[in-house]
Amino acid sequence: MSRVKKSLPVVIVAIALLFLLAEPVFAAGAIEVFKGNRFIELTLVNTLFLFVVGFIGGLVSGFIGSGGAFVLTPGMMSLGVPGAVAVASNMAHKFPKAMIGSYKRYKYGQVDLKLGLVMAVSATVGVQLGIKLQQYISHMWGAAGSNLYVSFSFVLVLITVGGYVFYDAWKIKKTGGVEGTASLAQRLQKINIPPMMHFKTANLTISMWFTVPVGLATGLLAATIAVGGFIGVPGMMYVIGASSLVASATELVVAFLMGLTGSIQWGMVGMIDIRLTLIILAGSLFGVQLGALGTTYVKEHMIKVVMGSIMLVVAISRGFAIPEYTNQLGLTSVADQSVQLMSNISFVIMVFALGMGAIIILTSMFKEMRNKKPAAEVGAGELEKAVNQR
Amino acid sequence: MAKKQIKSRKKPYLKVIILGLISIALYVAIFTNEVYVRETWALGGVYAALPIITVFIFSFIYGSFANYVFVLLGIEAKKK
Repeated sequence: MSRVKKSLPVVIVAIALLFLLAEPVFAAGAIEVFKGNRFIELTLVNTLFLFVVGFIGGLVSGFIGSGGAFVLTPGMMSLGVPGAVAVASNMAHKFPKAMIGSYKRYKYGQVDLKLGLVMAVSATVGVQLGIKLQQYISHMWGAAGSNLYVSFSFVLVLITVGGYVFYDAWKIKKTGGVEGTASLAQRLQKINIPPMMHFKTANLTISMWFTVPVGLATGLLAATIAVGGFIGVPGMMYVIGASSLVASATELVVAFLMGLTGSIQWGMVGMIDIRLTLIILAGSLFGVQLGALGTTYVKEHMIKVVMGSIMLVVAISRGFAIPEYTNQLGLTSVADQSVQLMSNISFVIMVFALGMGAIIILTSMFKEMRNKKPAAEVGAGELEKAVNQR
Repeated sequence: MAKKQIKSRKKPYLKVIILGLISIALYVAIFTNEVYVRETWALGGVYAALPIITVFIFSFIYGSFANYVFVLLGIEAKKK
């Protein structure tokens, strides 16, 4: 309790700082605000879709620290929700979901609050950099150039980082499932460039000059491909040296703080459709808690397995979206029908990525739960089996 | 011994029922006034407080409900 009390002023200062840092994005009109009819009619089908994707997205993000947005935002847009409203409504569900998830994982002793605050503040600066970069690209090569840049960075980052995460998980499994500190992080932790920062829960000391760039990169990617966690969690694992449990739990703090400030900004321009947010939340508040408690059962490398697999499948999905933009830039001339087909395939693969992540989590979680039944129950079961065999 | 301990732990039936009813009441209140809520909650400016406060209230109540549902089902975190 005293730890929470001590951290409260720091959290408040961090939120204020995040709000100030995020302000120029909206003041400069960098975010396009939709000015038509913002609200779709709710039917049973689209309500169920949002609820189910909310649950699965929550499950995945409670487990690996991020995920869900890459299906929810395009999913809402495919239901007819304008882009800005889809992003805003998704963000408004993301921060309370991350809050509940990070609270749960804090109780399990997996969250490094200080690391989360440092990451969130530097990621907010990274978002500004990302938007500036986007504006520059858009100015130079137009909207299609900007979209191509987004898809290309998506594929490049996801294949490189996701591939490495997956390889690492496979290596850990082969060597008996024990996770060690990454060699790059070990080397960086030895370099003493003040100010050095100590992170208690992550149990490591590293220079601020190596910590802040990870946050910046997270924000830069968040502004570009909208899934900063796909760089934030691997960054915390391989550059800073946190374990996958601590990194994925801490990412939820980053998502909460960034999502809260972002939602306030979106709310101020009236883009949040509260109905959509509450329907998604109805599913995701169940999912995120199940995902969070799942981390207490599975072996640590499972977080990497899920994250790596999702990243690689999402990369394939985004690859299918590239011809649309290369067509617009005049670099290719793929037929319109094929482009539409590829766009649909892209969305289906993304849904598959999320579903696959959820299946891996649930299967491994319930398998471990069954293995760890109370001793008396196991004993009785064994006895029954022995009797039956006779 | 372990079985006895599990049996003696009270299941949070009352909490699930109360929080469940409050959650249903909140959802019904929002969706029966759907048009008014969606318009007012998206007026922008200081009205931004409405969606933020709403999601916080839903998170605490519905989030606690979800938590107790898992406890009731016996799905709990592994104690280290």
